[in-house]
Amino acid sequence: MDRIPILKLGDALLVTIQVDMHDRLAMALEEDLTAKIAATHARGVLIDISALEIVDSFIGRMLDNIAAVSRVLDAETVVVGMRPAVAITLVELGLSLAGVKTALNVERGMTLIEDRIHADAVDRGDLDDRPDE
Amino acid sequence: MPNNDKSLADLLATHEHEILQEWQGLLKASGALQTGRIKESELATQCRNFISQLRGALRPDGSLDKSSDGYASLKSMLGEVSRSRAIQGFTPSETASFVFSLKQPLFNAIDKGTRAADAKASYIWQTSLLVDELGLYTIEAYAKTREDIIARQTREIAELSTPVVKLWEGVLALPVIGTLDSERTQTVMENLLQSIVEQSAEIAIIDITGVPTVDTLTAQHLLKTVAAARLMGADCIISGIRPQIAQTMVHLGVELNVVSKANLADAFALALHRLKKAIVSVKQAPSGRQSRYVSPEDRGV
Amino acid sequence: MLTRSIGEISMTVLTSNTIEIRSGDDVVRVRQEVRSRAVESGFSLVDQTKIVTAASEIARNTLDYGEGGTLLIERLEEVGRRGVRLTFEDQGPGISDIERALTDGYTSGGGLGLGLGGAKRLANEFHIQSQPGKGTRVTIIRWK
Repeated sequence: MDRIPILKLGDALLVTIQVDMHDRLAMALEEDLTAKIAATHARGVLIDISALEIVDSFIGRMLDNIAAVSRVLDAETVVVGMRPAVAITLVELGLSLAGVKTALNVERGMTLIEDRIHADAVDRGDLDDRPDE
Repeated sequence: MPNNDKSLADLLATHEHEILQEWQGLLKASGALQTGRIKESELATQCRNFISQLRGALRPDGSLDKSSDGYASLKSMLGEVSRSRAIQGFTPSETASFVFSLKQPLFNAIDKGTRAADAKASYIWQTSLLVDELGLYTIEAYAKTREDIIARQTREIAELSTPVVKLWEGVLALPVIGTLDSERTQTVMENLLQSIVEQSAEIAIIDITGVPTVDTLTAQHLLKTVAAARLMGADCIISGIRPQIAQTMVHLGVELNVVSKANLADAFALALHRLKKAIVSVKQAPSGRQSRYVSPEDRGV
Repeated sequence: MLTRSIGEISMTVLTSNTIEIRSGDDVVRVRQEVRSRAVESGFSLVDQTKIVTAASEIARNTLDYGEGGTLLIERLEEVGRRGVRLTFEDQGPGISDIERALTDGYTSGGGLGLGLGGAKRLANEFHIQSQPGKGTRVTIIRWK
């Protein structure tokens, strides 16, 4: 069976969903991601759904689950690139994905994750609160 | 039934000239031409066509034969006349009197052209019925045209009145003016979300200063827009909620669980703050400007 | 071409085709077919997405709770408007409490329980008939 590839990008994992999501494929992704977060100690997960033409309650639930599981494993999940028509439909369907962070594109999503890693570092006292570039 | 008298259709043919003369005279007297929206020659053509179509639609006893081709073309001709009258701005009475003012000339022609009293009475009754029916049809066609015009204008207004404007890099504003019904809200919502994608805007300000009332349904639509924008990765700020709207919403039990600001300026200031930008005063501006835009943090955001 | 009279409105069925729903792959095929029919009917992108999502929800119900079944897709035309009608039929165990099945959060499987209720909100017309032990039929229509 096909699996969706998971890429490692620094402290984050990137998943780009490019196929029409099959239920079994969604469940496999959930398992794979959980395993990979634990194995790599990733601090963030970016799920790019800009190619998805629909998100139904099943895929919505998968996104919610991934976010919840990754939170337990101390990683932040950001869903990026949801299309307007998909967003309108999801709201009408009654799904708010309240536990999931969102961003317009991969770049912005990455910034969110980096900000979080940076804030944690400041909390620990590893860095002062001035970001250095 | 009249035996030695002519059929109504023949009667119309024999007296066509007088009928037309009298009809057009009445139409002119009633002011059909005064406004100059229609030419005299155009009116004459319409009258002539009408009479000849009517002849083709009559049964020998003078009633309308609704299955005849003549009746179909008579109706389509009348429909066309009413449509053009509606578009030209005629009132409903002006439009209907095109048909109703034919009654008198027809009665006169029947009076002159028939001998037997029972035939006369029967023709007058039939004529009266047919003029009434065609007159009502005229009104219906007129109303239908007006409805079409209103529907088209509603669509145009909906499209025109929802411009999405860019306030700053990454900040959009949607000034909503007028009442938000559910169809319009859908257009507004789709426009806004599409612009968010096109301009990669992180913040969208929905300004409802120009919205007179907000009911439960409208509030729900606003909330859905905000929720959809969040799913896409953008934040919405609602500004310009009037005091009485705020009150109504509390009474209705609607909780607008979103960030809201009193006016567009405050909302914009908040948007800039979130983007880690600020507008500061410049003490001595050589160019004479009062303030300029700076980014307080050297982050290159 | 078939013309049926429902009440006083006469509705024309322009095209119709049937899809078997036996596996997860079929659910994906349902989405693609419904999308094509919606495009042919001139649906806007948002309307397409709504009916495809609704179809996906009900198709999954048919598969998971109805033990598989069929979908009849029809393109409709009525005075001044076009639409798509989807009829899902299964011979599964049926639903004993339809009211409850339509309530958000209710689920007999492991889902969020938004399936039927969500699909109802995404459609313009929604009808469900079910008999315990005999099966379920769900019909939705979305107009352009």
